[in-house]
Amino acid sequence: MTNKVLIADDEVNIVISLEFLMKREGFDVSVAKDGEEAVAKIREERPDLVLLDVMMPKKTGFEVCQEVRGDAGLGDTKILMLTAKGRDTEMAKGLALGADAYMTKPFSTKELVSEVRKLLGITE
Amino acid sequence: MNSNARLGIAIVSAAVLFFVFSGAIGVLFWNDLSADEQQILLPLLTPRAGLLTAMVVTGGVVVALIIKTLFESYDVLPARLAETARLIVTTEPARRLALEGPGGVRELANVVNELAQHRESLQRDVQAQIQEGRRSVEEEKNRLAALMSELTQSVVVCNLDGRILLYNNRARMQFRAMSDAPAVAGGGELIGLGRSIYTVFDRGLIAHAIESLQHGMRRSSSQPVAHFVTTTRAGQLIRVQMAPVMSAREDKQEQTLTGFILMLDNITRTFEAESQRDLLLHSATEGNRAALANVRAAVEMLDYDDLEPAMRERFIGIIKDEVQGMSVRLDEAATTFASTLKTRWPLEEMLGADFVNAARRRIEEKVGLPVKLEDVDESVWLQLDSFSLLQALTYLASRLSDEFEVREVRLRLAAAERMAHLDLIWSGQAMSTETVMAWELEPMQIGSESSPLTIRDVVERHDGEMWLEREKTRHRAFFRVLLPKAQPQEQPEAETFLRGESRPEYYDFDLFKASEHEHALDDRLLSELTFTVFDTETTGLNPSQGDEIIQVGATRIVNGKLLKSESFEQLVDPKRPLAPESAEIHGITEVMLAGQPDIKAVLPAFHAFAADTVLVAHNAAFDMRFLQLKEEATGLRFDQPVLDTLLLSPLIHPNQESHRLEAIAERMGVHIMGRHTALGDAIVTGEVFLKMLPLLAEKGIRTLREAREAAEKTYYARVKY
Repeated sequence: MTNKVLIADDEVNIVISLEFLMKREGFDVSVAKDGEEAVAKIREERPDLVLLDVMMPKKTGFEVCQEVRGDAGLGDTKILMLTAKGRDTEMAKGLALGADAYMTKPFSTKELVSEVRKLLGITE
Repeated sequence: MNSNARLGIAIVSAAVLFFVFSGAIGVLFWNDLSADEQQILLPLLTPRAGLLTAMVVTGGVVVALIIKTLFESYDVLPARLAETARLIVTTEPARRLALEGPGGVRELANVVNELAQHRESLQRDVQAQIQEGRRSVEEEKNRLAALMSELTQSVVVCNLDGRILLYNNRARMQFRAMSDAPAVAGGGELIGLGRSIYTVFDRGLIAHAIESLQHGMRRSSSQPVAHFVTTTRAGQLIRVQMAPVMSAREDKQEQTLTGFILMLDNITRTFEAESQRDLLLHSATEGNRAALANVRAAVEMLDYDDLEPAMRERFIGIIKDEVQGMSVRLDEAATTFASTLKTRWPLEEMLGADFVNAARRRIEEKVGLPVKLEDVDESVWLQLDSFSLLQALTYLASRLSDEFEVREVRLRLAAAERMAHLDLIWSGQAMSTETVMAWELEPMQIGSESSPLTIRDVVERHDGEMWLEREKTRHRAFFRVLLPKAQPQEQPEAETFLRGESRPEYYDFDLFKASEHEHALDDRLLSELTFTVFDTETTGLNPSQGDEIIQVGATRIVNGKLLKSESFEQLVDPKRPLAPESAEIHGITEVMLAGQPDIKAVLPAFHAFAADTVLVAHNAAFDMRFLQLKEEATGLRFDQPVLDTLLLSPLIHPNQESHRLEAIAERMGVHIMGRHTALGDAIVTGEVFLKMLPLLAEKGIRTLREAREAAEKTYYARVKY
């Protein structure tokens, strides 16, 4: 079965790369441009994994993460948070709110891909 | 019994004794004779009875004379000597006993004289030592006051009640910046001897700092200090360092806290600069994270061989777009934060003209080269490491003198946007660029004085530049040093502390002993109260018919001293026309009042100035009526106790007809100057009041309550007339 991945980020310039990258891995990719849309799409499309940016309009990544984790029906959704802030306090917050992994921008796309695979339990 | 009576009794009793003795001998002799012998003698003696009596009487007189002489030597003389000796003990230590009378008495007097001599010289020594001690204390106080007034840091010393007992001019300027009404009261309502520091700083904050001081002292930390940062009502950010003042005890264990020293630093500007720097740092790092992530991801996508040309174009587009955005942000940051992008070498702020003068003195002294000043911009403030920069200029001058036989140099200072030009000019040829380069890079050496720094180091320390320029038309050349400018700083205003001829009264250590909690205000001694002596000038005599205050003047009395340097003087726009004839009294014209603040702006400042003090005025009822009529409009009540010199004067001189201020001042020997300005009158009233205090004390009027009650009586006495 093809894994579904949701990319939630308001910056087009990163979304293009991420979308390309995920599609290239053979995933089924959809995109959300703000926090609200992200929550809606998670409920609707039930992605296996969300690449969740922290700084988004309407709802921040933290809020989205909290909402998803508060919904027992969405328990299987893996969340990989991406942030443009280098403070380790944020990383602690993200993980405490239930993110499965956390990456700080700028990141290596190779590492991102391997992290995604790891979270989805894909072994080569 | 006086000595004459004693002498009489002694003589009479001696004579009686002699007669009784002679009689008894006569009787014994007569009875011893036989009857025949008596018969023989009787006719012999009877005709000579007169002679016998005369002999006995003469004997009596001789005895009396002897007694008198002895009495004078051993009773009258010692008594007189004793009296004189008492005088020596009490009032005339220089007096000596006369050496007279018999040897023993004379010897005694001599010893007394020696003792007196000894005592006198001892007393003189003690006096001299006291005076010496007093003089050195006074000297130390003056030295301290001089030191304090020169300090560039604000210092305020308080006792444990939070009363200010010392401050310096810098602190005064800083408090002025904190004042709500700087134009009116000039911070004088906040800082002043005996004023409470709690009007500026939160009581809890100070208490907390004192607590941590005491904590530090208990752990016997060698230098307990407390720090805190606070904001003032005017929004200034003040960093405060508090150090303890200890009681003077030999034994360290027994020392207790008697007060504290506050060192204040207005860090508003530094703080702004620092937060700007933080912002810059933030925008340079965090602000670029997202953009970098976008670029990096796009670049990494380009690595894939299976990338379609269209996608490749898109990724390259992303990279171009992001890199451009980053360049723009970098430029923005660089221009916005240029002023904060300085090397972190601590630079001091200094008036450029002061630095140029220092450089001139140093070059003339060290190199022996005449220096002239040319176009020095007096308004330029520089950020400097003055010591190294002075070295640099002196070094350049010395090489010019040694190697190019330059006979005179000139200094010039001009502003150039964010920077300033400091030029070292000389006439004659210019050296080659290589020479300049060598001078710049060699460690500086002036005579025997050498420095590890090079000119280049010094210039970099200032984040500046230096180059050689030629003025061909005038056959001159100059080194130009580009230095960072600083914000002009407020210069101490001469008039703020030159009101009296003497040094301003910025300290009063007697306040250390003062404790205000001992008595209620009414029961405290007049001599230890703080007074605000004030006077107003008005448009006329009837406040109820619309007359208004046009000037308020006030000064303070703290610990029995008139503090002329802590005065308050303000013209007030009465918002109504001024009768021209009134100008003859107070010399204030409508022109002077135009643009002055109105009473609603002035009274709050005066109210704060007079807070926590007893008001004193001459004919206070008049001034108080004006103030009371403004209560409703301003919401300020002057409800502190009031003393009136007009009512106090009759207590001291009940038989004088006039109790006008001039008349009292003349009686009290107070020199009048500048009368009929509000401040001038207030100062005269204050001096008169101070002279009254000891005279009132002689009449048993010592406390505030006694003064008020006594004054009330004179008031009623006057009213009944």
